[in-house]
Amino acid sequence: MDFYLGLLQIIGVHTLLGLSAYIVLLTGQVSMAQAGFFAIGAYVAGMCTVMFGFHILPAILLASLLASLVACAVGFPALRVKGLMLVVATLAFGEIVRLFFFNVHWQVERNGAMVGPEGPEGFRRIRYFPENGWTSIDITAFIWVIVILVMLALWWMDRSRAGAVLRAVGHDETAAQSVGINLTAVKVSAMTAGGFIAGLGGSIYAHTTTHVEHLIFSVVLATFAIAYPILGGLSHVMGTLLAVVFVQVFLVEVLRFMGDWRNMLFGALIVLVMNLRPHGLLGEQPARMFDFLRSRSRREETHAAT
Amino acid sequence: MLQLDRLSKHFGGVRAVDEVSLTVERGQIFGLIGPNGSGKSTTVNLVCGLFPVTSGRVLFDGEDITELPTHRRLAGGIARTFQNIRLFENLTVWQNLWVAQNGAEDRQQGFLKRWYSGNRQGRAEIEELLEFSRLHDKRDLLAGNLAFGEQRRLEMARALAAKPSFLLLDEPAAGMSQEELKQLSERIRALRERGATVLLVEHVMDLVMDITDRIAVLNFGRKIAEGTPEEIQANEDVRKAYLGGAAEQEEAASA
Repeated sequence: MDFYLGLLQIIGVHTLLGLSAYIVLLTGQVSMAQAGFFAIGAYVAGMCTVMFGFHILPAILLASLLASLVACAVGFPALRVKGLMLVVATLAFGEIVRLFFFNVHWQVERNGAMVGPEGPEGFRRIRYFPENGWTSIDITAFIWVIVILVMLALWWMDRSRAGAVLRAVGHDETAAQSVGINLTAVKVSAMTAGGFIAGLGGSIYAHTTTHVEHLIFSVVLATFAIAYPILGGLSHVMGTLLAVVFVQVFLVEVLRFMGDWRNMLFGALIVLVMNLRPHGLLGEQPARMFDFLRSRSRREETHAAT
Repeated sequence: MLQLDRLSKHFGGVRAVDEVSLTVERGQIFGLIGPNGSGKSTTVNLVCGLFPVTSGRVLFDGEDITELPTHRRLAGGIARTFQNIRLFENLTVWQNLWVAQNGAEDRQQGFLKRWYSGNRQGRAEIEELLEFSRLHDKRDLLAGNLAFGEQRRLEMARALAAKPSFLLLDEPAAGMSQEELKQLSERIRALRERGATVLLVEHVMDLVMDITDRIAVLNFGRKIAEGTPEEIQANEDVRKAYLGGAAEQEEAASA
């Protein structure tokens, strides 16, 4: 039972990470900085509950707000560069964040023990959940309430004019400018929102694992963050969730019996999926409510009409 | 209404636009013609601010807008279409018009209204534009799935969504059939009746001569002539630079 709950928790956290990249990807930006925002969320939320005795909710909120502020500040200079240069710039930022936490030594005494980040040793004993008697079920439910709220918010945003504007910018920046869209404002807003969602994911992650260290927030995590929405497809927020389930359940858990061969197969399967479904698992359709549940006939009608 | 004052754009050593001055009066349909590579599209891009100018000024309604970013020029009333159609192909026809409602009036709405759904009046305007462009039955199709002529119509509708007072049409007739051309000239005239001023960049001479009030001719980035269609047709320099070449091509094509 605990295994499945743990898996659900991982899926929840990674979905938040993937969604943070999803909203940025909608504007056509490939950001490798999401792991950095995730790290800021993790460390700051952990510090709030462990060192200063915050309740979990304000801790998460504060950490996510801080992550979004940093994302906003990074957004302005970083989004002036495009394509590969943006990847490099955001990658560099992610590494700066990681190395910052590699160097942070800040401990305070609480209940007779020294707590706080210890540089390379990491940040141990983020034990808010066990100390307050949360069971695995409580934690899992808590995570999924947040995940569902975020997905609803993004789904709502997707259907709104703001969602259409993000996609317009993602498709053609020149045309978007010409119809009066302020590119900088749109891209930085997406980045800020992405930073907030990544911060949420990170702050929850730190509390479920109780121990974080800089190595977790490496390029690999940043790659996962953008791989989820790309693998899932940008047509709908559900795509990202689907991709996380595909990767975490199928690739990581089901293939566990393959031992060391798994990692090789892992890459090969992603390549295979991207070839079979080049627009992601969900495919390419305009974002609409429950489009993926609706009978196929309607879609085919639309195609027949063209 | 629009005034270019010794406008220049150099790409390295190439003088794409070289000290071009012209004035478009309110309510005019102004034609900008010239052979391939003469700087017409560059001029359009300078007017809507996609490139920074090398020297000179762009004045709109008497205001210097040379340094204004592109998206602010739309709010000021300048909208455009592209030579190679640039629709948001991942959005539906309806959404293409929806995201383009960024005119001065639209900007006065509250934040939520503007970014969530737009207002009722805006939606009514989209309906009207769909009607005007005869795209009513295509509203839920992805723009990328439209036929070529429909894409051209949608792009013009998208430019009109912000209710511009000034419209830049960059080769709107490219690739159109005779039938479509007739509809296009009717639509451009209808635009003027709505009160818009039009700068028309075009290769199709019949269309330009038919509907413009005044024409400027560019060659190698320089303005070589300006006048009424009749004057331009009679101008020797223009014949040499452009019409002569076009006439020869037509002869070759018909032969």
